[in-house]
Amino acid sequence: VCTSRFWFNYRHVANTLSVYRSVKRLGIPDSHIVLMLADDMACNPRNPKPATVFSHKNMELNVYGDDVEVDYRSYEVTVENFLRVLTGRIPPSTPRSKRLLSDDRSNILIYMTGHGGNGFLKFQDSEEITNVELADAFEQMWQKRRYNELLFIIDTCQGASMYERFYSPNIMALASSQVGEDSLSHQPDLGIGVHLMDRYTFYVLEFLEEIHPASQTNMNDLFQVCPKSLCVSTPGHRTDLFQRDPGNVLITDFFGSVRKVEITTETLSLDRHVAGFESKFPEEELVTEPLKYAEQLPVAQIIHQKPKQKDWHPPGGFILGLWALIIMVFFKTYGIKHMKHVF
Amino acid sequence: AAPVQVQLVVPMAVVFGPGSVPADLPSPLPFRDVQEMEISVNVRTSVTSRYEMHYRSATGQEEAALAAATAQEADAALHPLQDTTLGSLTMYVVPETTSLLPQGINVYVGKHRSALVRAGGSLAALQARLREVTQVMSFTASSIAAALSDRVPDGQLSPDARRYLKSSLGYEITFSLLNPDPKSHIVDWDIEGAVNRYVKPVLDKLSLVANFSVDSQILYYAVLGVTPRYDKESSSFLLSAHSLPHVINPVEARLGSSAASLYPVLNFLLYVPEHSHSPLYIQDKDGAPVSTNAFHSPRWGGIMVYNVEAPASPQASLPLHVDVDMARVMEVFLAQLRLLFGLSREEVPPEFLLESPGNEGLADWELDHLLWAHTVENIATVSTTLTSLAQLLDKIGNIVIKDDVASEVYRAVASVQSAVTKLSLGHLHAAFQASKEAVTSSERAFFDPSLLHLLYFPDDQKFAIYIPLFLPMAVPILLSLAKIVRETRLHKKEPTKMD
Repeated sequence: VCTSRFWFNYRHVANTLSVYRSVKRLGIPDSHIVLMLADDMACNPRNPKPATVFSHKNMELNVYGDDVEVDYRSYEVTVENFLRVLTGRIPPSTPRSKRLLSDDRSNILIYMTGHGGNGFLKFQDSEEITNVELADAFEQMWQKRRYNELLFIIDTCQGASMYERFYSPNIMALASSQVGEDSLSHQPDLGIGVHLMDRYTFYVLEFLEEIHPASQTNMNDLFQVCPKSLCVSTPGHRTDLFQRDPGNVLITDFFGSVRKVEITTETLSLDRHVAGFESKFPEEELVTEPLKYAEQLPVAQIIHQKPKQKDWHPPGGFILGLWALIIMVFFKTYGIKHMKHVF
Repeated sequence: AAPVQVQLVVPMAVVFGPGSVPADLPSPLPFRDVQEMEISVNVRTSVTSRYEMHYRSATGQEEAALAAATAQEADAALHPLQDTTLGSLTMYVVPETTSLLPQGINVYVGKHRSALVRAGGSLAALQARLREVTQVMSFTASSIAAALSDRVPDGQLSPDARRYLKSSLGYEITFSLLNPDPKSHIVDWDIEGAVNRYVKPVLDKLSLVANFSVDSQILYYAVLGVTPRYDKESSSFLLSAHSLPHVINPVEARLGSSAASLYPVLNFLLYVPEHSHSPLYIQDKDGAPVSTNAFHSPRWGGIMVYNVEAPASPQASLPLHVDVDMARVMEVFLAQLRLLFGLSREEVPPEFLLESPGNEGLADWELDHLLWAHTVENIATVSTTLTSLAQLLDKIGNIVIKDDVASEVYRAVASVQSAVTKLSLGHLHAAFQASKEAVTSSERAFFDPSLLHLLYFPDDQKFAIYIPLFLPMAVPILLSLAKIVRETRLHKKEPTKMD
């Protein structure tokens, strides 16, 4: 998830796309990745190299190729959509690619980057997600067993505050900086004019370059990535909620996808001379009038992404009473004679 | 996790054929007996199994059927005389010296819901054997524990036990033909005919369990992610067992799945190796080639490698026309489908002889096996879901529950109660349907989009928003109020002073 937009946050998009590439390289298919980006970098009018997003200076690696599948882009990257994806409370019309269809045997990797603070993460400069909300969302996932193990990586300023409040089991968390510290960016590119990557993600990616699908490297090595000397901030991690020892957890458990397979030793014995059913057409296609477009998808349902009951307003009487009080006090203090001039 | 107390009742009839009645019966036939066993999964979850046995002697028709020549014929003849409701079992006890069962075999399990059991001399020995048979044919402690796998404390279940497909309302099955080398092989597969002939009977039998939808596709230039090794001795190419996990991922990206369906997808891939890599065999851990040339991955599907026979004359022109032998392929795919569902015949004791289910794919008692496991799993899922929904509502005091969410919750509660009751009465089919309804309703209630906790502000957030607005405004008001009060008091005192 990349939670920022605008040109000067180029590095966050590059971070996210680089992690996306590594994860795809290690075997996870697009159907198993939910990518949320503001996606306003590649075609930004300020981009001197349109249709590209580089993650390394001197423009060595274009991470925005033609097989990047962004599931939530631009204004769809909101706290609400993010929490909906996590908890599964999604409107029924959402397509499969925008859902997290995980079950109790799935290991989930969540990578978030953007601007953050002590206990919150800023989404697209207009809203925030707090660490309490994130912890609650994970708890909802755990209640429905939507994950087996979860690895949460966050690369923002004061990132460690985001994992302080987790309380569900089987979560491991990594952050790029502790509370009170800022995460710094890595390298500016003079040709493009912005910083291309954040330090922590840069070193994590260097580490991931050496991982291949059959590799046996474990999590303890990932914790060592980016020491203070290189990163300036102190990366942190949290493993107390995790059942297994991090030394036994392979990197490919989360970043790659190595499936359990079994050799099939049994066969069914089929009688080959059985007459088949006549290939019927699908039974009784009910002949209905073709629906007009507007009727098929209620427009209200498409437009209204949010439920109507969102904001809590103080009851009307309260405001009126407050104003009445203010006016009364004003006139009592300064004399009743002024009231004649108002009315 | 929410407490779950379920009683699984299996109505059983034990029919004694002529000459098989043990000498030490406690009372004359017919009589009834009950055996209960507790399968305790964790502190708050317990499943009791209760076998209600009705011992009786065989009727004339049954005796005639038991006089058949082979066990298979006897079983077929007995089938119309049995109680065929889902979940029930009938055991026919045959004398020790019977010729129906071959030497060394003590139990013959038919493909419906009955078994032929060799008498063991005493009632106790017979009962021990009967216990074994009923466990195979209905459920075992481990199969129930596997169904409730998310409640079992970690470490008690073997890691393999959690691999069967989870109970779902439907499954999508996709058959894919992968042809990486269309220049050399033109592959024809009559998938529609094969589905109609071989797959449909199996799915029709499984239609009690879930809805199945089948589709198929052909992918060209789709390669496996692993390069096979050439083995000089057998002059063939080999894929070793430890490279198999890496085969699936590169292909998966191209498989696609229906955008509309949210059901789990089972992929069955048939791979025709390239001409330059033919023949291709899969090696198991010991290095021996696998007879089926196929492997499967739990909860995903299976892959089979179909080797093209070398052409009679080495100068045959490419491309070769290949007609796939669908029967052989479907034998493997359907076996993999069974294994994915957890219907394996491997853990059966050696003195049991199991009748092959033939084209139906699975025996009636295997269907029962699935239904028991899925019903228990559904009930456990519903109770967890509803409990966590209740906890969510406790936590967020001002959450708004829409009417339809409320009605789904009521329906889920009613259905799950009915499912538990029906299980304790021994009506497996009705219990399973009720548990399916309960799961549908509870999932719909839990995943309703309006229950996002983000939408309901906690009280401290409300204070945090409004205090900075109103506090500065309130300061002069309060001070003025204080001034007014002082003035009024002074004013009241003044008339008394001015006198």
